[in-house]
Amino acid sequence: MAHHESTYNPQGRWAKWWDERLPVARLMNTQFVEFPTPRNLNYLWTFGGILTFCLVAQLATGIVLAMHYQPSGAEAFDSVDTIRRDVNYGWLISKLHAVGASMFFVAVYIHLFRGLYYGSYKAPREILWILGVFILLAMMATAFMGYALPWGQMSFWAVTVITNLFSSLDSIIPGLGTSIVEWLWGGYAVTGKTLTRFYSLHYLLPFVLTGLVVLHIWALHVVGQSNPTGLEIKTKADAVPMYPYAVSKDAFALFAFLLLFMWFVFFAPDYLGHADNYKPADALVTPSHIVPEWYFLPFYAILRAIPEKLLGVLAMFGSIAVLLFVPWLDRCRTVRSARYRPVYKWFFWLLVFTCMALGYLGAKPAEGVYVFWARIFTAYYFIHFLLVLPILGLIETTKKPPASIAESVLGDVASADPSKAS
Amino acid sequence: MTTHNDDNADPVRRDFMVLAGSTFAGVGAAASLWPFIDQMNPDAGAQALASIEVDLEPIQEGQAVTILWRGKPVFIRHRKAEEIKAALDVQLSDLIDDKARNDDLPPEDPATDLNRVKKGQEKWLVLIGICTHFGCIPKGQRLGDSKGEFDGWFCPCHGSHYDTSGRIRKGPAPRNMEVPPYKFVSDSKIKIG
Amino acid sequence: MKHHFKMPAFASAIVLATALASAPVHAAGGGIEIERQDWSFSGPLGLFDRAQLQRGFQVYKEVCSGCHSINRVRFRNLVEKGGPEFPEEAVKELAAGWDYQIDAGPNDDGELVDDDGEFFTRSPLLSDAIPGPYKNDKQAQAAQNGALPPDLSLITKARNTDYTGPVWFHPIHMLKDIVTAYQEGGADYLYALLTGYSSQAPAYKRDNKGKLLPVKEDDVGSDTVERCATVTHEHDEGKKDVCTPMQEGMNYNAAFAGHQIAMAGPLSDEGVDYKEDASGKPVAPLTTDQYSRDVTAFLAWAADPSHDQRKRMGWLVMLYLLITTVLLYYAKKSIWKRLKKH
Repeated sequence: MAHHESTYNPQGRWAKWWDERLPVARLMNTQFVEFPTPRNLNYLWTFGGILTFCLVAQLATGIVLAMHYQPSGAEAFDSVDTIRRDVNYGWLISKLHAVGASMFFVAVYIHLFRGLYYGSYKAPREILWILGVFILLAMMATAFMGYALPWGQMSFWAVTVITNLFSSLDSIIPGLGTSIVEWLWGGYAVTGKTLTRFYSLHYLLPFVLTGLVVLHIWALHVVGQSNPTGLEIKTKADAVPMYPYAVSKDAFALFAFLLLFMWFVFFAPDYLGHADNYKPADALVTPSHIVPEWYFLPFYAILRAIPEKLLGVLAMFGSIAVLLFVPWLDRCRTVRSARYRPVYKWFFWLLVFTCMALGYLGAKPAEGVYVFWARIFTAYYFIHFLLVLPILGLIETTKKPPASIAESVLGDVASADPSKAS
Repeated sequence: MTTHNDDNADPVRRDFMVLAGSTFAGVGAAASLWPFIDQMNPDAGAQALASIEVDLEPIQEGQAVTILWRGKPVFIRHRKAEEIKAALDVQLSDLIDDKARNDDLPPEDPATDLNRVKKGQEKWLVLIGICTHFGCIPKGQRLGDSKGEFDGWFCPCHGSHYDTSGRIRKGPAPRNMEVPPYKFVSDSKIKIG
Repeated sequence: MKHHFKMPAFASAIVLATALASAPVHAAGGGIEIERQDWSFSGPLGLFDRAQLQRGFQVYKEVCSGCHSINRVRFRNLVEKGGPEFPEEAVKELAAGWDYQIDAGPNDDGELVDDDGEFFTRSPLLSDAIPGPYKNDKQAQAAQNGALPPDLSLITKARNTDYTGPVWFHPIHMLKDIVTAYQEGGADYLYALLTGYSSQAPAYKRDNKGKLLPVKEDDVGSDTVERCATVTHEHDEGKKDVCTPMQEGMNYNAAFAGHQIAMAGPLSDEGVDYKEDASGKPVAPLTTDQYSRDVTAFLAWAADPSHDQRKRMGWLVMLYLLITTVLLYYAKKSIWKRLKKH
């Protein structure tokens, strides 16, 4: 797939026989062993590998949990409790899956902001970026449906509130929203029927997700990785083969990430969850304070910041949809990386701050001063993408990047002290 | 200008750290498979039902009951004196399978009636009620059931006949019905498993 | 090289941004501050104390089980490793003599009830869930003036504490809880609830502007005071504070939301007799405080029976990950060194 020429040379008759029929080994060798990676990648570039691990881990734990889980309104909560109490290592596998969902989002948000900082979405990586946004959407849908499955109070009311978002369409065509919501529910309220279909979709969507990830990686291997300078690989000196260089770095980063992951699994398994989800779903009692999982909080804050129901829903979906247009909203064509954009850098951190603030506000009751600040930050979120990116791209004076990736690492090669190169 | 050097020609060269790191990572990956395998074993709930106690008091002479143990039917028959005698009178040479098939006895013990029951409690015959041919449940537990030519049990699937000691006497089944591990916790109570 | 982007810088920037994010927001308050207790099972190193779990079960059995079930716990769990670890024979006897029976279902003739119209029942076995006092929620509510005593199997996981400190400190507080592996919110709440009873609501006195001011119990004397479960302070000039008095049949509890709880204070000093040690003294103090701690520990185990196994395995996993991460770091360094020799 890549411009990189394969040097794979099958050894022995068996390898040659295979290579002529199904060149899997050649593909792996070309794309994951010899594949040229920029030599200046920092640790933020290890999150692609970490995310692949997260996906595989979620699939493995999820398939195992499906062997014990009962997707019916009457049995779901009890079966999850039985998994924790009685199934061999069920307590471990169920927490790996629940904490794993959170860790998946930790990694994907770092990955996404890395892309925004270094301009990884710019030509020729627009399709790569858009596939990434669709992966994020598929992740969100999967996580939301998965959160319904334990059928605790938070599960039940999260499903009720989020599916009700569609009822806002009633303000365009009366009855349309209600029809859609009842179609989603399979009834006139959220019931065990809703749970069962969510379970089916929760099992289906990861396959869609995996397909998107394969396309994402394919697209990446066509255009090659971006890097902190935003320069393309020009000479052999700019790149190192993926194996063992990038692989060894990814392996170390993955284990460092696992330290965090396993800390939560073994020592703070309930920290990222909510106590109300240990109460069985009850259609007659809403918990006093409903909050989504942390990774949805910024979007939830945007939803609640806008007083009109339909506009709030549109703003929430718009906050993700706007990411699709980032490659064209950013008008800066001279450089890719924020490293050479002294002004953009500040706006980038303001955006990070805004998302964090929205996350905090999303967990707070929608009242008084919290709503005021949620509106301010929601406004900046959209201003950043719709005004700052296009205008700043045209007027900002960018700094001059180094001549090549190799120079950025080694300095002026003639005078550099190699021992200080990093 | 390139900084690639001779080592780069052999990038897979192993030194100690690389070897140690990959070994540790590999061992960890292998070890983490165990929970994913073990989760399919019988869980704590199933294990808790792995042994059950049965009260024999209500079973009258000549009657039989079937109870479920580890998901399998267990036949308990209160044998009449003539049934015990019939079982004792059989010569080992007349048997299709001359092994006791008693989980509490060594596998090579002969299939005498005494080896199929507990000493002093010969009137109680306890069997896993599954035909050793293809796993059907033999008839002979309920009144009016056909008990086969040897007055024990008869498997309707392929016509296997068992005697009053649960031994295969005629038909395609290869082995005597299995005696599960059990013991008398009192004169009228057994614990199976 | 000065542009070189460092991970720690990125991470600390995120932490800083989180901290700053909360700064402009004013505290809304509302949550009740729950004091954190020092549990044997607190933090990454804490494990259950067997003797405490056994005492806690005794308190549950003699006091709580009159109204509350723990029907996700099975008798065999009381024997299993990581729990109270009672001897198997003792638990068999306990189950056989348990106050509440299990529905035995229809008899051989298909009848559900005996000649007196009572359902057929049997004693629970080791493998059975511990039966509670009521057959169903309706029966429980009928017996409890409409209140439903919740099942306690998951109670310490289904409750938590609210953060009540200043907003700017909240992100740091969250990080601290992650690092110290604080998971005992439910236990802290339950202990606060069990020890939070007062015979009456706190006293307040109105000043001439209609504002309610708290009065210490010792200073009440013969003064006329208002007893308020909760007080709503009005910030507008001229508006009077609103006092919510106790409702008939409710009990004041400092930890409970709204401070009015249907359950009367269940524990009292010397209400449960702990067994005596060799010197003839009880193994633990016969106080409400001690009973509350013990029964809370027991219920924390009931909600999380794999707790000890989880932490023990966690230590090994963390040790393994630390060693491997360090090894992989040096492995990566030694591989990348090959690039820089010339």
